[in-house]
Amino acid sequence: MKISRRQMLILLPAAAIAWEHVMAGTPEAAPNYAMSEHWWSMLIDIPKCIGCGNCVRACQAENDVPDGRFRTWVERYHVHDEDMMNPEVISPDGGKEGFPSVAKEDSGKYFFVPKLCNQCVDSPCTQVCPVGATFVTPDGVVLVDQKYCMGCAYCVQACPYGCRYIHPQKQVADKCTLCYHRITKGLTTACCEACPTGARQLVDLKNPNDPIHEFLRTHPVQILKPQMATGAKVYYHGMDGSVR
Amino acid sequence: MSAFKDAGHLLRFAGLFVLAFIVFLVVRRFVVPKSFGEYGHYRGAAIAEIAAHPAQFAGHQACEACHSDIADAKSKGKHAHVNCEACHGPQLKHADDPSSGVPPKPDTATLCVRCHAASAARPKDFPQVDAVAHANGVPCETCHKPHDPALGAGGTQ
Repeated sequence: MKISRRQMLILLPAAAIAWEHVMAGTPEAAPNYAMSEHWWSMLIDIPKCIGCGNCVRACQAENDVPDGRFRTWVERYHVHDEDMMNPEVISPDGGKEGFPSVAKEDSGKYFFVPKLCNQCVDSPCTQVCPVGATFVTPDGVVLVDQKYCMGCAYCVQACPYGCRYIHPQKQVADKCTLCYHRITKGLTTACCEACPTGARQLVDLKNPNDPIHEFLRTHPVQILKPQMATGAKVYYHGMDGSVR
Repeated sequence: MSAFKDAGHLLRFAGLFVLAFIVFLVVRRFVVPKSFGEYGHYRGAAIAEIAAHPAQFAGHQACEACHSDIADAKSKGKHAHVNCEACHGPQLKHADDPSSGVPPKPDTATLCVRCHAASAARPKDFPQVDAVAHANGVPCETCHKPHDPALGAGGTQ
């Protein structure tokens, strides 16, 4: 077979590309942490939340969250007896400095609802990203590749829980990482570490020894907006039907 | 054969397409990051980059490794399950290098009421006080030791 100069010019770059793929091989895995052995999530125990704002402050300290933006925040619900579907919801500065005290209980009931990224399995935010800058990791955490994100904010609109924001300085999407830099090192998240009542608990659904399995067997739990079919896996225990 | 007498035009055109495709592959080779597609439609290396973010909270296990006396005092009281950094704030710097400085003692006048200020919005079974009526400006730690807050629990911590 005779190869002309022209054919050679075409074949060389093609061969170079093929060789590059051969040489790339499989990258080195992280030491002592296998993504395939974990499936991260969180349990929120609403009756235990006292609205102190420790989680919000801890998150901002741990993750350099800019002022006025929140990776986690706490909402206070006031549900009136006669109008259950229209609760009054407040979250002053995300509940960072707590909530105004209520002197005497008037009608209805009060409770606090901590919110964060629901780490959805079928997350709308990752589905709308046009460049593949946000994704669900093999261990079940929704992350943003900030080097790849171009800040179009489709994901901010897509998230039905309002868990994303555009970082005002970096101009890229930002969100709760479930403290990925901590949980991959055997620590719990900053919010769980700082919660004084155990209202928030990091759970690993693939760990058979995690107390979450016993808890889910014996307690009624809900996820937020199940009708959106997002596959949310932040479980809420003791949540009122008025929570949105 | 007359139908194919101008096939040369088509061949040149096809050649142009092939060339454009190769240019596309070469450009793609340079602009698509190596780890893209490693786990899915994203840059696999981003996972390790996010995991490398520096932490601020040491975790109570790190605190208890040195401050076992306080951990013991705390384990007997109502605050047994309140982690150290819930009140003392993020202390990884101190845990990594204790000589870097002593963390400031939290001010109980603002610290305790964050959780214990009376509010009808809080769960009924959670201990709450109206700080003014209860202590009238006397610092909380005069009577309650933060690590074991029950009255008469003794100890100095």
